[in-house]
Amino acid sequence: MLRHRFIPSRLLLLLVLLASATAQAKLTIEITGGIEGAQPIAVVPFGDLDGARPSIDIGAVIAADLARSGRFKPMSRREMLVTPHRQEDIDFREWQLLSMNNLVVGEVAPNTGGGYMLRYSLYDVFSGKKLMSNSLPSTEKGLRNAAHRIADAIYEKLTGEPGVFATRIAYVTSSGRGPNARVVLRVSDSDGFNPQTIVDSPDPIMSPAWSPDGRRLAYVSFEGRQSAVYVQELASGRRDRVASFEGMNSAPAFSPDGRKLALALSKDGNPDIYVLELGSGQLTQVTDHYAIDTEPAWAPDGSHLVFTSDRGGRPQIYRVAAGGGPAARVTFEGDYNSAASYSPDGRSLVMVTRDGGRFRIAMTDARGGPRRFLSGGGLDESPGFAPNGSMVIYATQNNGRGVLAATPINGGATQRLSQDTGEVREPAWSPLLR
Amino acid sequence: MKQRLRQSVLPLVAALTLAGCATTPPEPPPEPAPSASDLDALSRPSQPSPTVTAPIEPQPYSPLDDPSSPLYRKIVYFDYDTSEIPGQYTDLLRAHAAYLYQTAGARVTLEGHTDERGTRDYNLALGERRADAVKRFMIAEGVPEAKMGTLSYGEERPADPGHSADAWSENRRVELVY
Repeated sequence: MLRHRFIPSRLLLLLVLLASATAQAKLTIEITGGIEGAQPIAVVPFGDLDGARPSIDIGAVIAADLARSGRFKPMSRREMLVTPHRQEDIDFREWQLLSMNNLVVGEVAPNTGGGYMLRYSLYDVFSGKKLMSNSLPSTEKGLRNAAHRIADAIYEKLTGEPGVFATRIAYVTSSGRGPNARVVLRVSDSDGFNPQTIVDSPDPIMSPAWSPDGRRLAYVSFEGRQSAVYVQELASGRRDRVASFEGMNSAPAFSPDGRKLALALSKDGNPDIYVLELGSGQLTQVTDHYAIDTEPAWAPDGSHLVFTSDRGGRPQIYRVAAGGGPAARVTFEGDYNSAASYSPDGRSLVMVTRDGGRFRIAMTDARGGPRRFLSGGGLDESPGFAPNGSMVIYATQNNGRGVLAATPINGGATQRLSQDTGEVREPAWSPLLR
Repeated sequence: MKQRLRQSVLPLVAALTLAGCATTPPEPPPEPAPSASDLDALSRPSQPSPTVTAPIEPQPYSPLDDPSSPLYRKIVYFDYDTSEIPGQYTDLLRAHAAYLYQTAGARVTLEGHTDERGTRDYNLALGERRADAVKRFMIAEGVPEAKMGTLSYGEERPADPGHSADAWSENRRVELVY
């Protein structure tokens, strides 16, 4: 019962109608916890040249991005005595006295042929040296994204790792009960702005997973009172139902080359791990055990999968070659380890672990070893790495309400992402978008 | 198996049939006559024309909807982290097995649910395990497999959205949905 077909869904028509109503569904971000060790940086408000009137404050978006990373502490604008936009206007001694490490200045000019040209420079305040200077064009609509890309470039220059500000986050929201229940799969910018509705349903939606090119999402939907796995192209809304076997169709994960999906299917009586080739529809069984096998995740090189199994009596993480074969147990600490996924460098796993009745997010070496807690816990779940490996995003509870949290793996400020109303859960951080 | 089914089912079938005879289906409530203002409203051109629906037939009696029938109860609750059917539900499930066995065209979906603790996809599998446990019980009672479907919602459809032990015990369940 494998079907590849276009479903010209009324759902999608509804999406168009809902597009205007999503503005108030924005995720709000709060930073919690300390910011010790954060680098002081001054992002001067960008100058507007030749009558440019950009609809957003570029410098403010860049500063907010850098602050959210936990690695930087942008200077408050109220403390800025001068606001230079060009190198010839900068007196580095002023910024040295304010104990800044780095300085960002820039300008917005109208572009010939419409839109804007953004020019910016990054300086080392101590030496007065220019570390980077760049310009990029932007449409009016693309200004926020352009600001995120500037923040990414600054972040990469100063930390040596790619920034993830111009990425997106998929998440599931739910509100209402019984006949009024709505479950919505959304995608927003990494700072919670520009929320877009991907699917809006009265039935549960689960397990969103990004394709490696960031253009498609796989997810599980229960429409029609059965579970099925869908792959949906974000730009067009076109979607394929790729798995609707008898029993459970769940836990999709794209292979690193984007051509396959790992799945947990119970078509033969109990859940096992399968790999589905999306082009041909060919299905390969990877595990075959009478216990529960689910939550597959690919190693970044595509050679292995990790998955959750209770074959030893309690749920633990196992590893298996992507083509099948014997499974090796990875986790031994604690009596509940599940929903593991790899860091981008393949060296670490992040997972849910039970610690004295609390469900917490923990990291462990991909080859096994002790767990290191990343969250205080309670009911924390659905962890996943940011595409640069610097942070882990997960679902948690705040005052009994479902929210998201993102925490740097090496300590620092945690961000909390929540909606004004309803629950937010199952975050999935997009890959780097080029 | 057949022998066992007869023993366990026949008295129940008799009881259910009797219960069926003893209860009269409720009369549909009388339709209110249209008032003058209603008629006036209908004739106004600005009003959207009312949708014509077929007359509502009185529902035939079903013991599934009768609070005095054992079949009225359709939920089995489970202990934490197990798919073992608690002994107290044996009679309830036998009554449903008898009904399914005896009633032509009857079909049930066994919907498995868990509480919110633990990961979502693992809970989806646990919900399926609970639904399967009930299905195996019913098959052992003689119900043809074709009359039953299973569906797990895991933790996605809690009966009680709270985060307390009470809410969790309401949520660990299999619902028999006819």
